[in-house]
Amino acid sequence: MTDAHTAGPFIAAIDQGTTSSRCIVFDKDGRIVSVDQKEHEQIFPKPAWVEHDATEIWNNVQEVVAGAVAKAGITRDDIKAIGITNQRETTLLWDKNTGEPVHNAIVWQDTRTDALCRELARNVGKDRFRRETGLPLASYFAGPKARWLLDNVEGLRERAEAGDILFGTMDSWVIWNLTGGVNGGKHVTDVTNASRTMLMNLHKMEWDERICESIGVPKQMLPEIRSSAEVYGEVTGGQLGDLLGGIPVASALGDQQAALFGQTCFAEGEAKSTYGTGTFMLMNTGDKAINSYSGLLTTVGYQIGDQKPVYALEGSIAVTGSLVQWMRDQMGLINSAAEIETLASSVEDNGGAYFVPAFSGLFAPYWRSDARGVIAGLTRYVTKAHIARAVLEATAWQTREITDAMTKDSGVELAALKVDGGMTSNNLLMQTLSDFLDAPVVRPMVAETTCLGAAYAAGLAVGFWSSTDELRANWRRAAEWTPNMDAGTRDREYKSWLKAVERSMGWLDESGEE
Amino acid sequence: MARNIQSLERAAAMLRLLAGGERRLGLSEIASALDLAKGTAHGILRTLQAEGFVEQDPASGRYQLGAELLRLGNSYLDVHELRARALVWTDDLARSSGESVHLGVLHQQGVLIVHHVFRPDDSRQVLEVGAMQPLHSTALGKVLSAYDPVAHNEAVEVEREAFTARTVTDPDGFEGILDLTRARDAADVEETWEGIASVAAPIHDRRRMPVGASASPAPWSASARTGSCAPS
Repeated sequence: MTDAHTAGPFIAAIDQGTTSSRCIVFDKDGRIVSVDQKEHEQIFPKPAWVEHDATEIWNNVQEVVAGAVAKAGITRDDIKAIGITNQRETTLLWDKNTGEPVHNAIVWQDTRTDALCRELARNVGKDRFRRETGLPLASYFAGPKARWLLDNVEGLRERAEAGDILFGTMDSWVIWNLTGGVNGGKHVTDVTNASRTMLMNLHKMEWDERICESIGVPKQMLPEIRSSAEVYGEVTGGQLGDLLGGIPVASALGDQQAALFGQTCFAEGEAKSTYGTGTFMLMNTGDKAINSYSGLLTTVGYQIGDQKPVYALEGSIAVTGSLVQWMRDQMGLINSAAEIETLASSVEDNGGAYFVPAFSGLFAPYWRSDARGVIAGLTRYVTKAHIARAVLEATAWQTREITDAMTKDSGVELAALKVDGGMTSNNLLMQTLSDFLDAPVVRPMVAETTCLGAAYAAGLAVGFWSSTDELRANWRRAAEWTPNMDAGTRDREYKSWLKAVERSMGWLDESGEE
Repeated sequence: MARNIQSLERAAAMLRLLAGGERRLGLSEIASALDLAKGTAHGILRTLQAEGFVEQDPASGRYQLGAELLRLGNSYLDVHELRARALVWTDDLARSSGESVHLGVLHQQGVLIVHHVFRPDDSRQVLEVGAMQPLHSTALGKVLSAYDPVAHNEAVEVEREAFTARTVTDPDGFEGILDLTRARDAADVEETWEGIASVAAPIHDRRRMPVGASASPAPWSASARTGSCAPS
């Protein structure tokens, strides 16, 4: 996609993701100049355990950075800064003297800390640390994963207490290696990644000593918490040192927060939703950390240099794109994901059918692990096309439930929803979303909002871009869907959806962990 | 009834035979099953193989159905698939050209807009996905008519309305425009809407079959005519 209009200087962004590592070079207009990407192995030692080889990941990161720079045909003098975004919560411990990981990284989806989290919740409940951290005790978060490693890798706790072991999410691992590794690498993390460890106090932006002690993570192995946009160090040593030595490493943001930043949701009440296999929605709540009573997460949105941190509410939907894949792979009703729209468009409505894809329970705002999927409202009239429509509507209704919860918690009405991710190519889904939310849905011109967010933050840190206003001016609307459904129909349909949701609950006999 | 072509009948019989129970058959098995001389059977098989309808296992020398047959059955490209695949490229085209981008396919007697990327300025724009455009006067329609014989038939048979003074409606003139489209590119300068010009290019699948067209419409005025309008 390189073309003659693009001229330097540039910002490079590394996206260390769950399935691959990528590097994208952006120009000053926020346009993509070059991309390189490499997948890494998903290691499944046991059912529901997922690991990554951090050495492989670091090698891949070096390769894709070199690759993207080569494809762009540029040199170190053309690159003003490197930014980083990463899969959140994935946890690694490594030896600071050798630079060797002590164990594979434990990936966010890995549920091995379920029992540990239940134990930590004992007597007090899942929300034991919510007031300080904004998070419920759940297996995703990094702190309990670190504790599991300390408990299960022989001799590790002693080495950690002696100060030889470093903890990090993938941002920390990449930054430490980029800035020299064993030769003075910077051991830092940013506020957004730190906010997913369950170890940071959201209000002070510091490690919470009491919680670290309760979870059992020695403070001396934790990285320094820094803002999301500042110069952490310079590229030093190794293969990349030769190629890009001296370039400032200037941003870190968890992937969903990076997308919020890339979508330029800089004002309170602005929200983005990323539609992939699952869906993650974040709403900027300004300088207020809003405690959620509706099952959402309170998290840090971003912090630019020494400015005040900006908070966000987060809601996720476990099954969205994966429901379409299920229709394709398990049901065989369509040949490709895109065909769900063709099938769904062949009818005017859902024919009375509602599909609640609670395949592994209901998530935000219900948190019912005893729920399982249902298709409700079946009659002889219902065809596969109606089911296809119900599949798309399920994604839209679940988004509506999360925006309702956000409005309830924050008191802020959603003005418009900025969307990204693969499912935004589904026109019927986007229109349905706008109809159900009764708000405009807008898609930006740059699909790679996650990398763009990391590039924006790094560019702000080194003065490549002057302000968030300048970034906002870069944002281009590629499409906008406006509501086209009367209120009566919307309310009636929402009621039916909520009835279907109720039908999905209590399917499993054993009560949830509540 | 006219006599059918014998070798085609034999080729069809071979395909049916290979589609049956045994998935792989040797030359002599095929020849004897169809009561053909080995040389005749081999000639037909070799032709089918060259077209991709039959494949020969290199180890055993046996024949089986080829991948081309599968492609033939699945060659219809879903328009939503087209949009999904075009998304990144059309965004970039809009961004680099500074104009909006439309993606169209033949639908009945016109062009169905299946994807629309806004012009990258802050102006208010309405999504035109689902709208229909005429075949004979728009850049999209001309591209489709020039490259897709089905679209060509529709455009020739339909009554070609004169939307502006510039619309070409007579059959010879229209064919002349399609020749020009194939030789250069497709343009519509105020032939459909006053004050709007657009250029379009065909989208081919990997076998060079036309599956749709992409167009960039832009405001057009006498004073702008000296400016350049880059084709996509």
